[in-house]
Amino acid sequence: MKIHEYQAKAILARYNVPVPRGEVIFAVEEAEAAAKRIGGSVVVKAQIHAGGRGKGGGVQIARKMLGMRLVTHQTGPEGRIVQRLLIEETLPIERELYLGITLDRTQGKNVFMASSAGGVDIEEVARTSPELLLKEPLEPGFGLAPFQARKLAYGMGLPQEAIRPAAAAMAALAQAYEAIDASLAEINPFVLTTDRKVYALDAKINLDDNALYRHKDLIELRDLNEEDPLEVEASKYSLNYIKLDGNVGCMVNGAGLAMATMDIIKYAGGNPANFLDVGGGASAEQIRNAFRILISDPHVKAVLINIFGGILRCDTLATGVVTAARELEIKIPIVVRMEGTNVELGRRILEESGLNFTVADGMKDAAENVVRLAQ
Amino acid sequence: MSILIDQSTRVLVQGFTGKEATFHAEQSIAYGTNIVGGVVPGKGGQRHLDRPVFDTVAEAVRQTGADASVIFVPPAFAADAIMEAADAGLALVVCITEGIPTADMVKVWQFLKGRRTRLIGPNCPGIISPGKSKIGIMPGHIHKPGHVGVVSRSGTLTYEAVWQLTCLDIGQSTCIGIGGDPIIGTSFIDALELFNDDPETHAIVLIGEIGGTAEEAAAAYVAAHVRKPVIGFVAGQTAPPGRRMGHAGAIISGGSGRAADKIAAMKAAGITVCETPAEIGERVKSRL
Repeated sequence: MKIHEYQAKAILARYNVPVPRGEVIFAVEEAEAAAKRIGGSVVVKAQIHAGGRGKGGGVQIARKMLGMRLVTHQTGPEGRIVQRLLIEETLPIERELYLGITLDRTQGKNVFMASSAGGVDIEEVARTSPELLLKEPLEPGFGLAPFQARKLAYGMGLPQEAIRPAAAAMAALAQAYEAIDASLAEINPFVLTTDRKVYALDAKINLDDNALYRHKDLIELRDLNEEDPLEVEASKYSLNYIKLDGNVGCMVNGAGLAMATMDIIKYAGGNPANFLDVGGGASAEQIRNAFRILISDPHVKAVLINIFGGILRCDTLATGVVTAARELEIKIPIVVRMEGTNVELGRRILEESGLNFTVADGMKDAAENVVRLAQ
Repeated sequence: MSILIDQSTRVLVQGFTGKEATFHAEQSIAYGTNIVGGVVPGKGGQRHLDRPVFDTVAEAVRQTGADASVIFVPPAFAADAIMEAADAGLALVVCITEGIPTADMVKVWQFLKGRRTRLIGPNCPGIISPGKSKIGIMPGHIHKPGHVGVVSRSGTLTYEAVWQLTCLDIGQSTCIGIGGDPIIGTSFIDALELFNDDPETHAIVLIGEIGGTAEEAAAAYVAAHVRKPVIGFVAGQTAPPGRRMGHAGAIISGGSGRAADKIAAMKAAGITVCETPAEIGERVKSRL
């Protein structure tokens, strides 16, 4: 789960990571009062769940950003409407650094990253000057040890009087990361000010969805405005749906097969409208809802259903699809490809429904059919 | 021959009396798997599916001589179940559970270091040696005994590949779903090593997906060590960056984890890479 910068900063502040003083506002009228409370010169930052906000014009010392459509390289061309602003004090910045924590899959543990090259695209730094990206593994339960924090602080070339506060901030960041079950934390930039203090000037935190059950307070940070309405709807039924920009709707069981189905649609010359994994053991009811969500995307011109029945039996799938197609009076062509458990029964249910299904033989045949029908 | 499991493997089911566990244990028993009992804390002394239930894995091992277990317990308790199985000295633990917090698996990873237990999964379909033993949730009937080893990060996509093989009359020695999570017990490389050493495995199918660098590492291992034909596929060639494609591990982030890089690494290692998932069977046939 993604959270906003201001929410991430509030969490970090609780763990004693220094952050600039600031307030979030939801309406333009609140801006002036907030700015006065903060005092001095302030910066206004658009709060959307996407990076590249600086480049998109989302961070300005200005007002009237609320309601603007902000387009960055991460939002897609349609952009996002800005509904929340963070108003923050400006700081006398001397240097911009980078801090980050994420999982190192090959080591089976989290890794703390720090770089003296902050404020820029860290992926670019990792590619072009990997020696500037320092790394320390986090031993489970130990956090970032003081010696590791010092190593990183000195490694980034911080002045002597900033070593202690920087090390403390880094240890606090590591502690927060573990305590909230984050899957990513990035402070870019982590700044050194002219008065030799350090601050998390920006903060990005992603939370591990699998661990949210033990963080009821963090679940409340979810901002549904930042998510696609169809994706939100799908999540209510435990369906894994991601909207894409093509016109071939897909419904598949299993994430790997769902990705492979998108791939073969593309290979056949089409464009998938979505990723939809109905899961291993979907019920007829879930299938019905999946179908409804799928076709409520107006771009969808044809649907491919690709199911390899294991736990999810083909007859369950067929029943769900037939019910949905009748209820929703579906007019667009539907190609069904099924294999596995109870496949004959499933095919018979589709055939006897009297509805217009194309039953395909194999993935290639299915993809070619659906791409043709979507044109 | 097969790797890791066969008729002699004595299997416990952790979370035995749950709905999913019961269904899949029944399927496994029908397939011929030697399920010797189950573990459910608080239900020791009962019988389920005509087999004994124990309170602890340690007790179950003492009583049944089990050497493997399959875990169906809910995500919040699954990491603990894995560690309990390892503590009891089981050689193989297959964790089916989906949705275990990554932090829990970080602890499990440390716990397993230096122990003899091999973990498969979590969030995986399990392992099957066709005609011998099935520890997991895959439909048994799509498999056929033979000489192709299959290793995959995915569930249903593995069934797809296996089914294509079976339809072409190509049997499988063992099929392993290693799981779709960022932290998993058995890696591609572990499976490749076992298949490479198994004289009855004549070719290997490697099915990867976007996210992480496991496919690149596997390709490097193939180039250096594997002397058998390897046929590969990578799912997610059209997946957009930054979006988690179902599996917790399937996300293109930080400029890495892209399908194109994985495919390039596989090709460079001499792996036959399938352009579409529909041609996996035919490509294997061409390499046998």
